[in-house]
Amino acid sequence: MTRLAIRGGYVLDPAGGTDAVRDVFCARGKIAGVELATEEFEAEQVVNAQGCLVMPGAVDLAVCLNPLGEQRANVGSETRAAAAGGVTTVCSVPETQPIPDSPAAVRLLMEQAQQAGFVRLETLGAAMQGLGDTQLASLGALREAGCVGVSNGMRPYASLMVLRRAMEYAASQDLTLFYHPLDHALASQGCAHEGAFAARLGLPGIPPAAETAALAQMTALVQDTGARVHFCRLSCAQAVDMLEIGQQTGLPVTADVAVHQLFLTEEAVEGFDVNALVSPPLRTEHDRERLREGVRDGVIQAICSDHQPLDPDSKMAPFPEARPGISGIETLLPLTMKLVTEDILPRTSAVERLTAGPAAILGRGAGTLAVGAPADLCVMRLDDSWVFETDSMLSAGRNTPFDGWRFDDRVQATICGGKLVYERGGAA
Amino acid sequence: MSPTQPTLFRLPPAAQCQLDDEGRLRHFLTIEGLPAALLEEILETAQSFHTASDQAARKVPLLRGKTIVNLFFEASTRTRTTFELAAKRLSADVLNLDMATAATTKGESLLDTLRNLEAMHCDMFVVRHHQSGAAHFIVRHVAEHVSVINAGDGRHAHPTQAMLDMFTLRQHFPDFGSITVVIVGDILHSRVARSEIQALRTLGVGEIRVVAPRTLLPREAASLGVVPFKSMEEGLAGAQAVIMLRLQKERMHGSFVPNEAEYYQFYGLTRARVELLAEDGIVMHPGPVNRGVEAESAVVDGPRSVILKQVRNGIAVRMAILSMAMRSHSW
Repeated sequence: MTRLAIRGGYVLDPAGGTDAVRDVFCARGKIAGVELATEEFEAEQVVNAQGCLVMPGAVDLAVCLNPLGEQRANVGSETRAAAAGGVTTVCSVPETQPIPDSPAAVRLLMEQAQQAGFVRLETLGAAMQGLGDTQLASLGALREAGCVGVSNGMRPYASLMVLRRAMEYAASQDLTLFYHPLDHALASQGCAHEGAFAARLGLPGIPPAAETAALAQMTALVQDTGARVHFCRLSCAQAVDMLEIGQQTGLPVTADVAVHQLFLTEEAVEGFDVNALVSPPLRTEHDRERLREGVRDGVIQAICSDHQPLDPDSKMAPFPEARPGISGIETLLPLTMKLVTEDILPRTSAVERLTAGPAAILGRGAGTLAVGAPADLCVMRLDDSWVFETDSMLSAGRNTPFDGWRFDDRVQATICGGKLVYERGGAA
Repeated sequence: MSPTQPTLFRLPPAAQCQLDDEGRLRHFLTIEGLPAALLEEILETAQSFHTASDQAARKVPLLRGKTIVNLFFEASTRTRTTFELAAKRLSADVLNLDMATAATTKGESLLDTLRNLEAMHCDMFVVRHHQSGAAHFIVRHVAEHVSVINAGDGRHAHPTQAMLDMFTLRQHFPDFGSITVVIVGDILHSRVARSEIQALRTLGVGEIRVVAPRTLLPREAASLGVVPFKSMEEGLAGAQAVIMLRLQKERMHGSFVPNEAEYYQFYGLTRARVELLAEDGIVMHPGPVNRGVEAESAVVDGPRSVILKQVRNGIAVRMAILSMAMRSHSW
């Protein structure tokens, strides 16, 4: 394993408390030191990080590597895109091919990621057999196969009783349940926020109550069972309020938000733009502000990409029939850092929500530059204005509403396990 | 701070993609965003066809040599027939494709169907589809030389119906500024209502009211520019026109309303309620009417009803729209 030095960068490691110009040394795949410039470390490879931000590699809680029913994306293409996006740990969601409801399927995913050799993969196992609604998957076996948590994705549970048993069983296997607060009956056939835009465009709406009603029920079950639950992809203001109250009363609940929810609102569906079709839907400006506030205050611990690399055919349909999702892993960091340049989020908080925050939810020790931690880093060039274009994406999915957006910060290099897995303009 | 705001690369807003560089009608997808002058032009053109169709010379050669495809993914009798009549009176060749039972049910995608039709050198698609935004989708993916007319897409828009209703209203009330129009019924699922509201607003109607139980009103209905009323009595009072919407039978199963009898009791247009309208008030319905559900038979067939006039006007208005949209073609 090479000895790597990242020299002269501005190191920001919220978990480790570093916030200064430092050199970072990596050896045997681990962080060997974060120090003032020194020539003592004998590096075989040097990354010049002058004018760059050096941060722990991002931990993305919501990545679909191989969406069910899609042809193009695979573990190789999407972990490569992750590396280019500065993400060093991807947490794969269970709605993937093969469905990770057996140890064999989980191991296959892990082997594919290892063979691709770009970034670390953490896997959420399917909570229910085949992502169905009544029969639990072998959660103990899934944990032994390496799953970091379990989830039924956006799929429903047959009843609150089934859901409660899934929580309890997962808790007894020491697995966090990742839960999408979504009442399927209230969401019905909806495809857009139930508000003024949906009213005008005649789009079936999804009310915020579809999220808050499910979140309230789940909160009651957490109170009842004490099981640890992570809420996935919050979209509305009230959900943040409810979550905050839950946390204040000491419930073991955390949450994430998809980065596109921090920028886009229901307005983006204007003209039936299928690239703005996401689930949960884009909501109002008020919701966006509350989500931003939740991220700022730490009520929401993680910002994720909700990466859904889709085939072009999946978006080639009238709006309500198109498949929701954004291929977002390559815009996760640029968008999050844009919150910093636009004075919406302090830089330290932004980095924390991308690194230590999600890493703590996974509980696997990534997301920091502490000595002995995995040498997973992202080097970002600051104030290097550039335009994001779908043509330059590495993901197999080009479904993004951010084509043509201008960003200030850009991933320069990504190091995972002490290995340079991406360098802009480089060969990696 | 970043010096530049993000430029979200949007698809062209509805209005822009409907007009060509010179502001002429190219596609007719929605009333939204179209200038009042253009709607007036449609009404005036329709008037000229309307007058002509009363005379012996029924066919005009405006669209001779053009092929119009009626592409109906959803069953329709009146709309399809009046479109066909309109096209034939303009001397176009007409192809009727009943897609509800055709290729797409065999697994052929909407896009493949379009490609095939393009290859046959059709000039215009008249499209009805069950999904909101379907007409926009087709415009986005169809060859440059094809015009698209929306004959109803999901809950979104039914602009030709709205224009024929404006035409009918105009016949009775030349001055829109001073009238009140009430729309009653299932606003939530109604593309007709959405397009009517936009047309009425664009043409400067004094007041637009809606009457419906909340289950049949979209959230934030007032943002559409209407005043919601809970009771028929209050909603109808003094209005010049009431537009009754069709209540689909399946709404009874979805818990939108309890049953037909209760709906009729509270939202049905009875003879007594008609009397609440202004003295010269008229009754409209886009059809087909559920007699005894939305309205009493005696009202449907009564002196205030202009329902059949609406159907008749549909031909002239659709002739106007077809000919105007074809005019933007370089030929």
